[in-house]
Amino acid sequence: MAEENTQEYWRWTESHWKNPDIRWEDAKIVTVGIDVGSVSSQAVVMTDGQLYAYSNMRTGSDSPESARNALNFGLEGTNMPESRIDYCIGTGYGRVNVPMADRSITEIACHARGAHFIYGPEVRTVLDVGGQDCKAIRCDEKGKVVNFLMNDKCAAGTGRGMEVFADLLSVPIIDVGERSFQVKEEPESVSSTCVVYAKTEATGLLRKGWQVNEVLAAYCSAMAHRIITLIERIGIEKEFAITGGLAKNRGVIERLMKEIGLEPMHTDWDTQIAGAVGAALFSYALVQKGKGRKK
Amino acid sequence: MIANYGYRDGSGDYFITIDTDKCDGCGRCVQACPGDVFQVVDEDPNDPFREEPIVIIVSDKRKKLKYECGPCKPPTNRPPLPCVKACPQDVISHSW
Repeated sequence: MAEENTQEYWRWTESHWKNPDIRWEDAKIVTVGIDVGSVSSQAVVMTDGQLYAYSNMRTGSDSPESARNALNFGLEGTNMPESRIDYCIGTGYGRVNVPMADRSITEIACHARGAHFIYGPEVRTVLDVGGQDCKAIRCDEKGKVVNFLMNDKCAAGTGRGMEVFADLLSVPIIDVGERSFQVKEEPESVSSTCVVYAKTEATGLLRKGWQVNEVLAAYCSAMAHRIITLIERIGIEKEFAITGGLAKNRGVIERLMKEIGLEPMHTDWDTQIAGAVGAALFSYALVQKGKGRKK
Repeated sequence: MIANYGYRDGSGDYFITIDTDKCDGCGRCVQACPGDVFQVVDEDPNDPFREEPIVIIVSDKRKKLKYECGPCKPPTNRPPLPCVKACPQDVISHSW
Protein backbone atom coordinates (compact mmCIF):
# COMPACT_ATOMS: atom_id res chain seq x y z
CA MET A 1 0.00 0.00 0.00
CA ALA A 2 1.25 3.42 -0.84
CA GLU A 3 2.38 5.44 2.12
CA GLU A 4 0.42 8.58 2.70
CA ASN A 5 2.38 11.80 2.76
CA THR A 6 1.32 13.61 5.90
CA GLN A 7 4.02 16.25 6.01
CA GLU A 8 2.61 19.72 6.59
CA TYR A 9 4.92 22.04 4.73
CA TRP A 10 3.33 25.21 6.08
CA ARG A 11 4.00 24.22 9.70
CA TRP A 12 6.54 26.36 11.53
CA THR A 13 8.03 25.57 14.92
CA GLU A 14 6.44 26.87 18.06
CA SER A 15 8.93 28.18 20.57
CA HIS A 16 9.44 29.65 23.98
CA TRP A 17 12.31 31.39 25.69
CA LYS A 18 13.32 32.49 29.16
CA ASN A 19 15.94 35.10 30.06
CA PRO A 20 18.56 33.24 32.14
CA ASP A 21 19.93 36.50 33.63
CA ILE A 22 16.70 37.55 35.33
CA ARG A 23 15.20 36.23 38.54
CA TRP A 24 11.51 37.08 38.53
CA GLU A 25 11.50 36.79 42.34
CA ASP A 26 13.51 40.03 42.46
CA ALA A 27 11.16 41.98 40.24
CA LYS A 28 8.94 44.75 41.51
CA ILE A 29 6.46 44.75 38.66
CA VAL A 30 5.55 41.78 36.47
CA THR A 31 3.51 42.57 33.37
CA VAL A 32 2.22 40.41 30.56
CA GLY A 33 1.16 41.04 26.97
CA ILE A 34 -0.80 38.47 25.01
CA ASP A 35 -1.18 38.85 21.27
CA VAL A 36 -3.81 36.54 19.81
CA GLY A 37 -3.44 36.82 16.06
CA SER A 38 -5.35 35.12 13.29
CA VAL A 39 -2.61 32.55 12.73
CA SER A 40 -0.21 32.77 15.69
CA SER A 41 -0.43 33.76 19.37
CA GLN A 42 2.31 35.10 21.60
CA ALA A 43 2.64 35.76 25.31
CA VAL A 44 5.39 38.02 26.67
CA VAL A 45 6.30 38.30 30.34
CA MET A 46 8.22 41.38 31.48
CA THR A 47 9.86 42.06 34.81
CA ASP A 48 10.24 45.80 35.49
CA GLY A 49 10.07 46.50 31.76
CA GLN A 50 12.73 43.90 30.87
CA LEU A 51 11.91 40.98 28.60
CA TYR A 52 11.82 37.94 30.85
CA ALA A 53 10.05 35.19 28.91
CA TYR A 54 7.94 34.67 25.82
CA SER A 55 6.15 32.04 23.82
CA ASN A 56 5.07 31.82 20.19
CA MET A 57 2.39 29.33 19.15
CA ARG A 58 -0.27 28.67 16.56
CA THR A 59 -3.71 30.08 17.26
CA GLY A 60 -6.35 27.40 17.57
CA SER A 61 -10.04 27.68 16.80
CA ASP A 62 -10.72 28.99 20.28
CA SER A 63 -9.21 32.40 21.14
CA PRO A 64 -9.49 32.17 24.97
CA GLU A 65 -7.84 28.77 24.85
CA SER A 66 -5.08 30.01 22.54
CA ALA A 67 -4.39 32.87 24.94
CA ARG A 68 -4.29 30.46 27.86
CA ASN A 69 -1.96 28.05 26.02
CA ALA A 70 0.37 30.86 25.01
CA LEU A 71 0.61 32.13 28.59
CA ASN A 72 1.15 28.64 30.02
CA PHE A 73 3.84 27.93 27.44
CA GLY A 74 5.49 31.29 28.19
CA LEU A 75 5.54 30.60 31.93
CA GLU A 76 6.75 27.02 31.46
CA GLY A 77 9.93 26.37 33.41
CA THR A 78 9.81 29.71 35.24
CA ASN A 79 7.89 28.51 38.34
CA MET A 80 6.15 31.86 38.36
CA PRO A 81 2.60 31.63 39.67
CA GLU A 82 0.04 33.50 37.62
CA SER A 83 -0.99 35.46 40.70
CA ARG A 84 2.38 37.23 40.51
CA ILE A 85 1.30 39.07 37.35
CA ASP A 86 0.49 42.69 38.13
CA TYR A 87 -1.19 43.59 34.87
CA CYS A 88 -2.02 41.91 31.59
CA ILE A 89 -3.06 43.42 28.25
CA GLY A 90 -4.53 41.54 25.32
CA THR A 91 -3.91 42.63 21.74
CA GLY A 92 -4.29 41.36 18.19
CA TYR A 93 -7.23 40.12 16.20
CA GLY A 94 -8.58 38.08 19.16
CA ARG A 95 -7.80 40.70 21.83
CA VAL A 96 -11.34 40.85 23.22
CA ASN A 97 -11.17 37.12 23.90
CA VAL A 98 -8.23 37.05 26.28
CA PRO A 99 -9.81 36.02 29.61
CA MET A 100 -6.84 36.89 31.84
CA ALA A 101 -6.37 40.37 30.35
CA ASP A 102 -7.20 43.46 32.40
CA ARG A 103 -7.84 45.44 29.23
CA SER A 104 -7.15 45.35 25.51
CA ILE A 105 -5.21 47.70 23.24
CA THR A 106 -5.21 47.69 19.44
CA GLU A 107 -2.41 45.89 17.64
CA ILE A 108 -1.47 49.13 15.86
CA ALA A 109 -0.41 50.82 19.11
CA CYS A 110 1.20 47.63 20.44
CA HIS A 111 3.23 46.90 17.31
CA ALA A 112 4.67 50.40 17.18
CA ARG A 113 5.65 50.19 20.83
CA GLY A 114 6.97 46.65 20.48
CA ALA A 115 9.05 47.42 17.39
CA HIS A 116 10.45 50.45 19.21
CA PHE A 117 11.61 48.08 21.98
CA ILE A 118 12.99 45.20 19.92
CA TYR A 119 14.57 47.31 17.17
CA GLY A 120 15.47 50.40 19.18
CA PRO A 121 14.28 54.03 19.20
CA GLU A 122 15.62 54.82 15.71
CA VAL A 123 12.76 52.95 14.09
CA ARG A 124 10.36 55.22 12.17
CA THR A 125 8.49 52.88 9.85
CA VAL A 126 7.19 49.53 11.02
CA LEU A 127 5.84 47.01 8.61
CA ASP A 128 4.04 44.11 10.20
CA VAL A 129 3.09 41.27 7.95
CA GLY A 130 0.97 38.96 10.00
CA GLY A 131 -1.04 35.86 9.32
CA GLN A 132 -3.98 37.49 7.62
CA ASP A 133 -3.27 41.16 7.54
CA CYS A 134 -0.67 43.71 6.76
CA LYS A 135 -0.01 46.81 8.86
CA ALA A 136 2.15 49.77 8.00
CA ILE A 137 2.89 52.13 10.87
CA ARG A 138 5.01 55.28 11.16
CA CYS A 139 6.05 56.14 14.67
CA ASP A 140 8.05 58.78 16.52
CA GLU A 141 11.13 58.43 18.72
CA LYS A 142 8.95 57.36 21.65
CA GLY A 143 7.26 54.57 19.73
CA LYS A 144 4.02 56.52 19.43
CA VAL A 145 2.00 56.04 16.25
CA VAL A 146 1.93 59.04 13.88
CA ASN A 147 0.44 57.40 10.79
CA PHE A 148 -0.96 53.96 10.20
CA LEU A 149 -2.79 51.79 7.77
CA MET A 150 -4.02 48.26 8.09
CA ASN A 151 -5.35 45.97 5.42
CA ASP A 152 -7.18 43.03 6.91
CA LYS A 153 -9.83 42.53 4.30
CA CYS A 154 -7.73 40.61 1.83
CA ALA A 155 -5.15 37.95 2.73
CA ALA A 156 -3.18 38.37 -0.51
CA GLY A 157 0.43 39.08 0.35
CA THR A 158 0.22 37.89 3.96
CA GLY A 159 1.71 35.05 5.99
CA ARG A 160 -1.20 32.73 5.40
CA GLY A 161 -0.81 33.24 1.65
CA MET A 162 2.80 32.15 1.97
CA GLU A 163 1.79 29.08 3.99
CA VAL A 164 -0.69 28.03 1.31
CA PHE A 165 1.92 28.51 -1.38
CA ALA A 166 4.55 26.51 0.51
CA ASP A 167 2.09 23.68 0.93
CA LEU A 168 1.09 23.72 -2.74
CA LEU A 169 4.70 23.42 -3.85
CA SER A 170 5.67 20.99 -1.07
CA VAL A 171 8.43 23.26 0.18
CA PRO A 172 8.84 23.62 3.97
CA ILE A 173 7.86 27.19 4.86
CA ILE A 174 11.24 28.00 6.44
CA ASP A 175 13.04 27.08 3.20
CA VAL A 176 10.92 29.26 0.91
CA GLY A 177 13.11 32.36 1.25
CA GLU A 178 16.39 30.54 0.64
CA ARG A 179 15.10 28.51 -2.29
CA SER A 180 13.55 31.53 -3.99
CA PHE A 181 17.11 32.79 -4.56
CA GLN A 182 18.32 29.53 -6.09
CA VAL A 183 17.32 30.60 -9.58
CA LYS A 184 19.47 31.40 -12.61
CA GLU A 185 17.71 34.67 -13.20
CA GLU A 186 14.93 36.49 -11.44
CA PRO A 187 11.64 35.48 -13.07
CA GLU A 188 8.74 37.81 -13.71
CA SER A 189 6.35 38.22 -10.74
CA VAL A 190 3.14 36.24 -10.71
CA SER A 191 0.20 38.40 -11.73
CA SER A 192 -1.82 37.89 -8.58
CA THR A 193 -1.01 37.14 -4.94
CA CYS A 194 -4.60 36.06 -4.31
CA VAL A 195 -4.58 33.09 -1.94
CA VAL A 196 -7.68 31.59 -3.53
CA TYR A 197 -6.04 31.61 -6.96
CA ALA A 198 -2.62 30.56 -5.67
CA LYS A 199 -3.05 27.04 -6.95
CA THR A 200 -4.13 28.15 -10.43
CA GLU A 201 -1.20 30.53 -10.54
CA ALA A 202 1.36 27.95 -9.39
CA THR A 203 0.17 25.01 -11.48
CA GLY A 204 -0.05 27.23 -14.54
CA LEU A 205 3.63 28.13 -14.23
CA LEU A 206 4.73 24.56 -13.42
CA ARG A 207 2.90 23.34 -16.50
CA LYS A 208 4.82 25.86 -18.57
CA GLY A 209 7.98 24.14 -17.35
CA TRP A 210 9.06 26.50 -14.57
CA GLN A 211 11.17 25.07 -11.75
CA VAL A 212 9.68 25.11 -8.24
CA ASN A 213 12.32 27.62 -7.11
CA GLU A 214 11.40 29.94 -9.97
CA VAL A 215 7.73 29.82 -9.00
CA LEU A 216 8.71 30.64 -5.41
CA ALA A 217 10.80 33.57 -6.61
CA ALA A 218 7.92 34.86 -8.73
CA TYR A 219 5.54 34.63 -5.78
CA CYS A 220 7.94 36.26 -3.31
CA SER A 221 8.53 39.16 -5.64
CA ALA A 222 4.79 39.63 -6.26
CA MET A 223 4.22 39.70 -2.50
CA ALA A 224 7.02 42.22 -2.00
CA HIS A 225 5.52 44.45 -4.67
CA ARG A 226 2.05 44.27 -3.19
CA ILE A 227 3.30 45.19 0.27
CA ILE A 228 5.27 48.15 -1.10
CA THR A 229 2.24 49.70 -2.81
CA LEU A 230 0.47 49.52 0.53
CA ILE A 231 3.23 51.11 2.64
CA GLU A 232 3.72 53.86 0.06
CA ARG A 233 0.34 55.20 1.11
CA ILE A 234 1.71 56.17 4.56
CA GLY A 235 5.16 57.13 3.27
CA ILE A 236 8.42 55.34 4.03
CA GLU A 237 10.90 56.90 6.42
CA LYS A 238 14.21 55.56 7.72
CA GLU A 239 14.83 53.44 9.84
CA PHE A 240 12.70 50.65 8.53
CA ALA A 241 11.78 47.63 10.66
CA ILE A 242 9.77 44.56 9.83
CA THR A 243 7.84 42.55 12.38
CA GLY A 244 5.60 39.51 12.14
CA GLY A 245 6.24 36.10 10.71
CA LEU A 246 7.07 37.28 7.21
CA ALA A 247 10.15 39.09 8.53
CA LYS A 248 11.68 35.61 8.67
CA ASN A 249 11.28 35.08 4.93
CA ARG A 250 14.27 36.63 3.18
CA GLY A 251 12.75 35.84 -0.20
CA VAL A 252 10.15 38.55 0.30
CA ILE A 253 12.08 40.90 2.57
CA GLU A 254 15.22 41.23 0.45
CA ARG A 255 13.19 41.83 -2.70
CA LEU A 256 11.09 44.38 -0.86
CA MET A 257 14.06 46.27 0.56
CA LYS A 258 15.80 46.26 -2.80
CA GLU A 259 12.77 47.84 -4.44
CA ILE A 260 12.46 50.62 -1.85
CA GLY A 261 16.24 51.03 -1.67
CA LEU A 262 16.68 50.72 2.10
CA GLU A 263 18.42 48.40 4.52
CA PRO A 264 16.12 46.73 7.03
CA MET A 265 16.99 47.01 10.72
CA HIS A 266 18.31 43.91 12.41
CA THR A 267 17.21 42.28 15.63
CA ASP A 268 18.06 39.09 17.47
CA TRP A 269 14.57 38.91 18.95
CA ASP A 270 11.83 36.83 17.43
CA THR A 271 10.02 39.29 15.13
CA GLN A 272 6.68 37.65 15.83
CA ILE A 273 6.58 38.80 19.45
CA ALA A 274 6.48 42.56 18.69
CA GLY A 275 2.75 42.96 19.38
CA ALA A 276 2.89 41.11 22.70
CA VAL A 277 6.01 43.04 23.73
CA GLY A 278 4.14 46.28 23.08
CA ALA A 279 1.20 45.06 25.16
CA ALA A 280 3.49 44.09 28.05
CA LEU A 281 5.17 47.53 27.87
CA PHE A 282 1.81 49.31 27.94
CA SER A 283 0.93 47.17 30.97
CA TYR A 284 4.15 48.28 32.64
CA ALA A 285 3.46 51.94 31.86
CA LEU A 286 -0.07 51.68 33.24
CA VAL A 287 1.10 50.08 36.49
CA GLN A 288 3.76 52.76 36.87
CA LYS A 289 1.13 55.43 36.38
CA GLY A 290 -0.86 53.85 39.17
CA LYS A 291 -3.56 52.68 36.79
CA GLY A 292 -2.84 49.04 37.40
CA ARG A 293 -5.06 46.28 38.65
CA LYS A 294 -6.92 46.93 41.89
CA LYS A 295 -5.81 44.30 44.35
CA MET B 1 -1.88 60.87 14.14
CA ILE B 2 -3.01 60.10 10.63
CA ALA B 3 -5.35 57.14 10.94
CA ASN B 4 -6.22 55.30 7.74
CA TYR B 5 -9.28 53.13 8.15
CA GLY B 6 -10.37 50.89 5.32
CA TYR B 7 -8.87 48.36 3.01
CA ARG B 8 -7.42 47.48 -0.32
CA ASP B 9 -8.82 44.68 -2.42
CA GLY B 10 -8.62 43.65 -6.05
CA SER B 11 -10.76 46.60 -7.14
CA GLY B 12 -8.89 49.43 -5.45
CA ASP B 13 -8.06 51.35 -2.27
CA TYR B 14 -10.89 52.39 0.03
CA PHE B 15 -9.53 54.35 2.95
CA ILE B 16 -11.00 57.13 5.06
CA THR B 17 -8.23 59.16 6.65
CA ILE B 18 -8.72 60.91 9.97
CA ASP B 19 -6.24 63.46 11.24
CA THR B 20 -6.61 62.82 14.96
CA ASP B 21 -4.51 65.84 15.96
CA LYS B 22 -7.16 68.13 14.47
CA CYS B 23 -10.22 66.18 15.63
CA ASP B 24 -11.94 67.36 18.81
CA GLY B 25 -14.63 64.69 18.76
CA CYS B 26 -17.49 67.15 18.09
CA GLY B 27 -19.44 64.44 16.31
CA ARG B 28 -20.85 66.53 13.43
CA CYS B 29 -19.66 63.93 10.94
CA VAL B 30 -21.55 61.25 12.88
CA GLN B 31 -24.77 63.20 12.38
CA ALA B 32 -24.01 64.05 8.75
CA CYS B 33 -23.18 60.53 7.57
CA PRO B 34 -26.20 58.65 6.17
CA GLY B 35 -24.29 55.36 6.37
CA ASP B 36 -23.48 55.54 10.12
CA VAL B 37 -19.82 55.06 9.32
CA PHE B 38 -18.46 57.35 12.05
CA GLN B 39 -18.43 56.99 15.80
CA VAL B 40 -17.06 59.19 18.59
CA VAL B 41 -15.20 57.31 21.32
CA ASP B 42 -13.76 58.59 24.61
CA GLU B 43 -10.25 57.38 23.96
CA ASP B 44 -8.22 56.91 20.80
CA PRO B 45 -7.89 53.10 20.47
CA ASN B 46 -4.53 53.52 18.75
CA ASP B 47 -3.14 55.97 21.31
CA PRO B 48 -4.12 54.57 24.71
CA PHE B 49 -2.69 57.48 26.69
CA ARG B 50 -4.67 60.17 24.92
CA GLU B 51 -7.92 60.35 26.81
CA GLU B 52 -9.92 62.78 24.74
CA PRO B 53 -12.94 62.11 22.53
CA ILE B 54 -12.07 61.26 18.97
CA VAL B 55 -13.86 60.08 15.88
CA ILE B 56 -13.16 56.61 14.48
CA ILE B 57 -14.72 54.46 11.78
CA VAL B 58 -17.17 51.89 13.16
CA SER B 59 -15.29 48.59 13.12
CA ASP B 60 -18.07 46.67 11.35
CA LYS B 61 -17.98 49.18 8.50
CA ARG B 62 -14.24 49.25 7.90
CA LYS B 63 -14.27 46.38 5.47
CA LYS B 64 -17.34 47.65 3.60
CA LEU B 65 -16.47 51.30 2.96
CA LYS B 66 -16.76 51.01 -0.80
CA TYR B 67 -20.40 50.07 -0.39
CA GLU B 68 -21.25 52.11 2.71
CA CYS B 69 -19.97 55.30 1.09
CA GLY B 70 -21.36 54.39 -2.34
CA PRO B 71 -24.60 56.41 -2.04
CA CYS B 72 -22.63 59.65 -1.43
CA LYS B 73 -20.38 59.00 -4.41
CA PRO B 74 -22.36 58.97 -7.63
CA PRO B 75 -20.15 58.46 -10.70
CA THR B 76 -21.08 61.85 -12.19
CA ASN B 77 -21.87 65.26 -10.63
CA ARG B 78 -20.58 64.21 -7.27
CA PRO B 79 -21.69 66.67 -4.58
CA PRO B 80 -19.35 67.45 -1.68
CA LEU B 81 -19.25 64.54 0.77
CA PRO B 82 -21.51 65.20 3.80
CA CYS B 83 -18.86 64.04 6.29
CA VAL B 84 -16.12 66.21 4.81
CA LYS B 85 -18.47 69.20 4.53
CA ALA B 86 -19.74 68.83 8.10
CA CYS B 87 -16.30 68.84 9.70
CA PRO B 88 -15.20 72.31 10.86
CA GLN B 89 -11.60 71.18 11.43
CA ASP B 90 -11.00 69.56 8.04
CA VAL B 91 -10.20 66.22 9.65
CA ILE B 92 -11.67 63.76 7.15
CA SER B 93 -10.52 62.75 3.69
CA HIS B 94 -11.33 59.86 1.38
CA SER B 95 -8.84 58.00 -0.81
CA TRP B 96 -11.29 57.28 -3.64
